[in-house]
Amino acid sequence: MQANDEVSLQVAAGSVHAIVGENGAGKSTLMSVLYGFHTADRGTIEVDGRPVQIRNPHEAIALGIGMVHQHFMLVEPFSALDNVLLGAEPHVLLHRAEAELRKRLYALMLSTGLKVDLDATVADLPVGDRQRLEILKALVRGARILILDEPTAVLTPQETETLFGVLERLAAQGTTILLITHKLKEVMRLAKRVTVMRGGRVVHETDVAQTSIEQLAAAMVGRKVAIGRDGMAARRGGEVRLRAAGLACQDALGVPRLQGVSLELRAGQIVGIAGVSGNGQSELLELLAGLRAPEAGTLELAGRRFGAAQWLDPHTARELGLAHVPEDRQARAMVMDFAAWESAALGYEDRADVSSGAGWVQRSALRRATAALMERFDVRPRNAELRCRQFSGGNQQKLVLARELSRGPKVLLVGQPTRGVDIGAIEFIYGQLRQLRDAGCALLVVSSELDEILALADRVLVMHAGRIVGELPVAQCDEQKLGLMMAGEVAA
Amino acid sequence: MNSGLPRWADLGLLPLFNLGLALLVAGVVVVLVGQDPWRVLAALLHGAFGTPRGIGYTLYYATTFIFTGLAVAVAFHAGLFNIGGEGQAILGGIGTGLVGLWLGAWLPAWLLLPLMALGGALAGLAWAAVPGWLQARRGSHIVITTIMFNFLASTLLVWLLVNKLKPAGSMAPESAPLAEAAQLPSLHQALAAFGIEWPASPLNLSLLLALAAALGVYLLLWRTRAGYRLRAVGSSPGAAAYAGIDPKRQTVLAMMIAGALAGLVGMNEIAGVQHKLLLEYVGGAGFTGIAVALMGRNHPLGIVLASVLFGALFQGGAEVAFEVPGFSRDMVVMLQGFIVLFSGAMAYVAAPLLARALRVGRAHG
Repeated sequence: MQANDEVSLQVAAGSVHAIVGENGAGKSTLMSVLYGFHTADRGTIEVDGRPVQIRNPHEAIALGIGMVHQHFMLVEPFSALDNVLLGAEPHVLLHRAEAELRKRLYALMLSTGLKVDLDATVADLPVGDRQRLEILKALVRGARILILDEPTAVLTPQETETLFGVLERLAAQGTTILLITHKLKEVMRLAKRVTVMRGGRVVHETDVAQTSIEQLAAAMVGRKVAIGRDGMAARRGGEVRLRAAGLACQDALGVPRLQGVSLELRAGQIVGIAGVSGNGQSELLELLAGLRAPEAGTLELAGRRFGAAQWLDPHTARELGLAHVPEDRQARAMVMDFAAWESAALGYEDRADVSSGAGWVQRSALRRATAALMERFDVRPRNAELRCRQFSGGNQQKLVLARELSRGPKVLLVGQPTRGVDIGAIEFIYGQLRQLRDAGCALLVVSSELDEILALADRVLVMHAGRIVGELPVAQCDEQKLGLMMAGEVAA
Repeated sequence: MNSGLPRWADLGLLPLFNLGLALLVAGVVVVLVGQDPWRVLAALLHGAFGTPRGIGYTLYYATTFIFTGLAVAVAFHAGLFNIGGEGQAILGGIGTGLVGLWLGAWLPAWLLLPLMALGGALAGLAWAAVPGWLQARRGSHIVITTIMFNFLASTLLVWLLVNKLKPAGSMAPESAPLAEAAQLPSLHQALAAFGIEWPASPLNLSLLLALAAALGVYLLLWRTRAGYRLRAVGSSPGAAAYAGIDPKRQTVLAMMIAGALAGLVGMNEIAGVQHKLLLEYVGGAGFTGIAVALMGRNHPLGIVLASVLFGALFQGGAEVAFEVPGFSRDMVVMLQGFIVLFSGAMAYVAAPLLARALRVGRAHG
């Protein structure tokens, strides 16, 4: 596969340069080349006007290139200080190394405004602190060029604003910042210049001052897209299809993950759950789908009542018309090594159209049905024999949606409907979810993207620290208000 | 596993390449000890396939490997590494032998032989179910427990033979011989009934049972709901849980099926060849089954082919040790070791190389 094709990129020193593009557009490959994870088959790299060779991350660091990955590269049981120390110990004796590094870090924190408790264990640090730590780590190693891969994916709007403040300050102090993102609003807010990639090529490069979100989106996808709210007023919804009350659960260590969560899903209405990832949304979804049982609470679904002692199981959930599009597509929603047609039966393998009474899988019928679904949901490539892992994220998600929607669910739970999905597919997925709502299904959408909640939901619940801290009709939502609630600072 | 190769190359080219590599390295060693590798190879091939009798032996060994290979593969598809084929096969022999010893005097062959097969399968099944249950319910790692169960099985066999089954006055740790009705006809006897002459060899009708088992495993895994669930648990426990499949149940089930398959070794060795219960009738075939399953890529067809290859190595190797002076049995074991190493443990080492070669070939072609 050609991931990058004749890509040229020039970044001015001390500026913020954004690189945008859909998944698979080649942004990450390009950054891996700059950071030495991959070497380019052809082409040259110059840093400060000098041609250089970057064969591995060590050489990149030596040239003053630092990278903050989307998934943090931190050792959780270590202290923040030791994480910075790791791999760049300035002295053979640990206490001397720590003392020296601590001094340098304090100086750096003072000049950049990046504050982290150096003695805290990383596992105890909030996500924002971990990210600051990653940036500090890069800077203390002498980074003058900082590559940030989707840095705001895990932050609240307020944390994002703080991060941007820091990045602006760094840029003003002469650090060059390369920002990889798919959030165009952030590009407009922070970057000086922007490069748009599509299909491994640079398709557009411009000063941010001379472009607009619409223009950038069109360049990313290659056509005009509309993914905002469809304009229709919020639905009031019909009868209650699912009612949960007083849900509580703990993780393996006994830390409470959910406390007293109650909610109702109504026919013909989309309830959106906003919140920073890790505030109990995943647990809530798993409880409602029957994937785990709570310590306390009740659930009413299709006239059946479940208590903590005798909780719903996934099989019964499907029987009762509850469908679930899980957050973690790779680990839950499909078997990545199965052919598309095989995964298209996952969870429904005892239905008459999937297997006979004697237990034989109806292979040809299933293949035909999957081919038809792929046609209807525009899954590309249209090849039901392909392994699930060979599809792109967006097409995998369409396959999962196709499976769950084709069973005509009464209740649909959707976790992160468009995570890792490109803009073109987002438009399609939103359309499908709205159609389902209009057909009378009760939907619950959990998303860490506020824009997504605002675009889809009729009613918004905000979660923080395992509780529902606010409930608003979508008309009364704005980013500022929701952001504060997500941070746990106000309740509604 | 994802090798980055197209399917045909992954299933056909890569195993052949690995086999060639193993032969090449073994050939170098043969040269180093001062022998002619071509002569050794010729003797090996002739020993394994050159005579009807040789073919008989090759296929007799292959039969046992098919059973133990399938036992590894079924467990593998459920995400379990079954090292216990050896013990499960020993139990299979015990089950088969005990049924034959107890009922041999009363039942006709057409009824007795299926019962003996069932006895072997059930004994293997029960033996494998325990580690399966321990894994599913108590989290005891299947690799550790199945290894320990191998030791238990061989001790159990010794105890049974010495303390219970050894006829009074006999010095050998062997049971009394099985009744005629409890002896599975060998292939030359069966063919003679149709008027076809075939030289005597240990090859017996359990080869057909092995081929049927391979077909059965294929149908189970890829054509039935039960196989679908088993494979779902094996390749993605998270997705299986999402689908409402109970992974614990699948773990126990997969181990029981694996144990039953390994247990059928009793039909080949005890009912088919030895006609009595004795020591050492599995002789490491349980472990060879791991190599067979690895080389056969856990697919029944691949396992049948790999079994024939390993059968040929066993039979041809014995011939080489006999034919080529100065070439001991140990050298054959070495060759087997290289094959296991290259096509099992290092099966994917050459994959990137081949993938690149194919890409280059396509770019120029």
